[in-house]
Amino acid sequence: MPQIEMTVNGERRRATVEARLTLADFLRDECALTGTHLGCEHGVCGACTVLLDGDAVRSCLVFAVQAAGAHVTTIEGIGGEDGSLSAVQEAFRAEHGLQCGFCTPGFIVSVTAFLRDNPHPSDTEIREALSGNLCRCTGYQGIIRAVQRAAQS
Amino acid sequence: MSAGRFVGQSVQRVEDPRLLTGHGRYVDDVTVPGMLHCAFVRSDVARGSIVRVDASAARALEGVVAVLTADDLNGHAGSMQPTILLTMAGAPLRPIAGGDVRFVGEPVALVVAESRYVAEDAAELVDVEIDPDRAVVDVERALDDDAPLVHPELDSNVGAEMAFPIAPELQALLDGPDAAHVVRRSFRQHRHTPVPMETRGIVAQYAAASGELRVWMSTQNPHEAKHAIARVTGVPAHLVRVRGHDVGGGFGQKFFTPREELTVALAARRLGRALKWIEDRRENLIASNHARTDIGHCTFALDEGGRLLGSYFDHIEDSGSFPIGATGGAGALVGMLFTGPYRCPLASMRTRSVWTNTCGRGAYRGPWMFETVAREQMVDAVAREIGVDPLEWRRRNVVATSDLPYTLPTGMPLEHVSPAETLEQAVGIIGYDAFRVEQVRAWRDEGRLLGIGIGLYVEPSTGMMDPMGTETAVVRVDPSGRVTVALGTGSHGQGIETTMAQVVAEELGIELDDVTIVQGDSAVTAYGRGTGGSGTAVIAGNSCRLACAEVRAKAVDIAAHLMEAAPEDLEIAGGQIAVRGTPARAVSWPEVARVAHLETARLPAGMAVGLEATATFKAPPFSWSNACHVCTVEVDRATGVVRILRYVVSEDCGVMINPMIVEGQVAGGVVQGIGGTLYEHFVYDDDGNPLTTTFMDYLLPTAAEVPVIEYGHVETPSATPGGHKGMGEGGAIGSPPAVFNAVADALALAGASIDHTPLGPDTILTALNRRSPRNPSPRDLA
Repeated sequence: MPQIEMTVNGERRRATVEARLTLADFLRDECALTGTHLGCEHGVCGACTVLLDGDAVRSCLVFAVQAAGAHVTTIEGIGGEDGSLSAVQEAFRAEHGLQCGFCTPGFIVSVTAFLRDNPHPSDTEIREALSGNLCRCTGYQGIIRAVQRAAQS
Repeated sequence: MSAGRFVGQSVQRVEDPRLLTGHGRYVDDVTVPGMLHCAFVRSDVARGSIVRVDASAARALEGVVAVLTADDLNGHAGSMQPTILLTMAGAPLRPIAGGDVRFVGEPVALVVAESRYVAEDAAELVDVEIDPDRAVVDVERALDDDAPLVHPELDSNVGAEMAFPIAPELQALLDGPDAAHVVRRSFRQHRHTPVPMETRGIVAQYAAASGELRVWMSTQNPHEAKHAIARVTGVPAHLVRVRGHDVGGGFGQKFFTPREELTVALAARRLGRALKWIEDRRENLIASNHARTDIGHCTFALDEGGRLLGSYFDHIEDSGSFPIGATGGAGALVGMLFTGPYRCPLASMRTRSVWTNTCGRGAYRGPWMFETVAREQMVDAVAREIGVDPLEWRRRNVVATSDLPYTLPTGMPLEHVSPAETLEQAVGIIGYDAFRVEQVRAWRDEGRLLGIGIGLYVEPSTGMMDPMGTETAVVRVDPSGRVTVALGTGSHGQGIETTMAQVVAEELGIELDDVTIVQGDSAVTAYGRGTGGSGTAVIAGNSCRLACAEVRAKAVDIAAHLMEAAPEDLEIAGGQIAVRGTPARAVSWPEVARVAHLETARLPAGMAVGLEATATFKAPPFSWSNACHVCTVEVDRATGVVRILRYVVSEDCGVMINPMIVEGQVAGGVVQGIGGTLYEHFVYDDDGNPLTTTFMDYLLPTAAEVPVIEYGHVETPSATPGGHKGMGEGGAIGSPPAVFNAVADALALAGASIDHTPLGPDTILTALNRRSPRNPSPRDLA
């Protein structure tokens, strides 16, 4: 079985894994980072989104071995180490951008990457950027408002 | 009613920091020592005889612990019916298919292995041979005399039937002679499914030494799960503990305890091990409960002015094969609520719940909502037929405040509602009359199809049957003065830890941060109804209120004793108990708590030590909320695509605890209804094979499609202490007919009509191509 090494939320991780182990399962089971959620395991819902060398990717569609040597940021690495919320997280709270919270980590990670690359998006760009993440509770109302708010902050 | 310090305020949610940072705890996040992983082998045939289930290759795979079939489990299982429905006839539920299969996705074996990966490998190695037979897929065909029986043990494909007699006066109206207009229409609602973002799942750990069965589960209803699991496994209920922690949505799918969870718990008991099963998305789509598959034949008899004189509603609901609950449906309630917020002197109905070889039906946000779908779509059809604007028809027929209390023709009493007010508020916000002008102009000048639609309804929240109307709160003040409240609820996104803390902080005059809500755990909370049926605000909220009143009274007695004042002269505010008008003479809440627990010699003589109360609230059978949805759409004549232009909801749920959360509940329901009407469609072929088994085929709405939802509020308090009314389901009840009516309104410009959903491009283009050639084109009108 392949040995891999990667940096997850700033910590170096080494493991021997099956070649077929997904990055999502590696993060959840090997690293005990259970904030990355699996909503469909076929790359549509976006709940498992993480940053892989800065790019937002679906960790259910990436094998852990493909991430060898990479820097991975999960939802646990988005806020401050003291538990403080990032601007995107604060905006989701202020605008009621979450209810059950299951899709939320994927949205936070996706939006964090989106606003880094496009700090002043139009409403159309916001909706397009969010369209790769599914939420079943909020009707996206609070999520869209949260991205608008975070973009202004 | 004016807002309180906390009740009525849009405070930020207590749950959010953990959920935003990835520190929620959902069932798949639970790991226990020695835990094994499960995968189900499922039937790929809708109806047929099982010839062979050969698990030898699977059992030989390294890492496989067991492959369990019907022979291993079914004989050990107690009743799988929900507690509330134990005495009702229903489908012959079973853990694993034995002898035959009855829908595609039915479990035929359960693999237990050391990892999920190995369990799935082994599931593929189980050799299942099924001799296929003709499946019953179409619900109307299931009613044919020569239709095969879905359940050979039963003598009919009709699982339940209820019919009210037709009074001679009503018959005379329906037959025509006594009415100016008689209109008949039929509507079909298609199959869709709740789709919580977190699929179902369970961890069940049997500890043989103590006899305990410890369960972690994605559930809306931990106490029901505890009792259902106890019945099925034979473990005494007091030795079963069910914990929910965070639950990633449910919408009804996780209210009762489904087949797979019961089967895994039974397997854990039989094997004496800890088992985890996490449903995958394909399983969730094909084998978790489906919903909304209904047919309604409606007849309205009206006078010259279009006033409703009599109604008849004939309803068929598709129960699938193994529904959750007796029939999985709400047929009786659908029929009884059909006339809804309109005056109607005479009505009757028939409703039938019918088995088919499809996935079983179950609860989904407003399980009875077809009454609103059929009625509101009927209202627009009737208005068009008799030449009255649908808004005007509603104004002539809606139950006005002066009509209250109004008894529905089926006997249900309607009070503390405001359908006429929400109707006027909603059409006012959207600018109904101006839209009508623009609609005509856009059609005449540009040939564009714009439409406007209304969905008006009353929603019966709280509980008609035990234990649906009852909740118990335990309010404990610890020696520091902080408060812990235990509730039997199963929050799955509603923010119960926030709203119930708001109620408690308000009632005890303390800060929100001083209150913790503990829920979702059967061992540390009193037996309760769970979270569903739009009940929490009224039922749990008032149980909190009652318990707080007891705690407050005792705290005041202690403070009065400490200050040598009369209890009736004291008031609680700002975290202290003070002499009214003399705030300097006060005892702090922590001091009262300390005395109650730690300086008990200072308590009044004879007073019991401690500061806590347990109170149970039983709600009246109905706490009606109501709302009006109005939306505008444009239908693209070339592509058949529907775009929602504006969406307005005017809601009356009485006193709101947290308006932000109320609007969030409305928004979520509305978008589920929009998705259900325009995009989501669970499709079977004629042989009962599911065709929409991934999110590439079963289309959920995304941020790119949804409109901005605009809200109006009317506040008519209920008769219960807090004045609240349940509203969690309403958004999903009013939106489907509002969208349908707007599309139908737009299509009517082109002489086209629709009578079924979903309203995908194919349905729209078919309707446009079928329109009467005599209908005017834009050129004719110009």
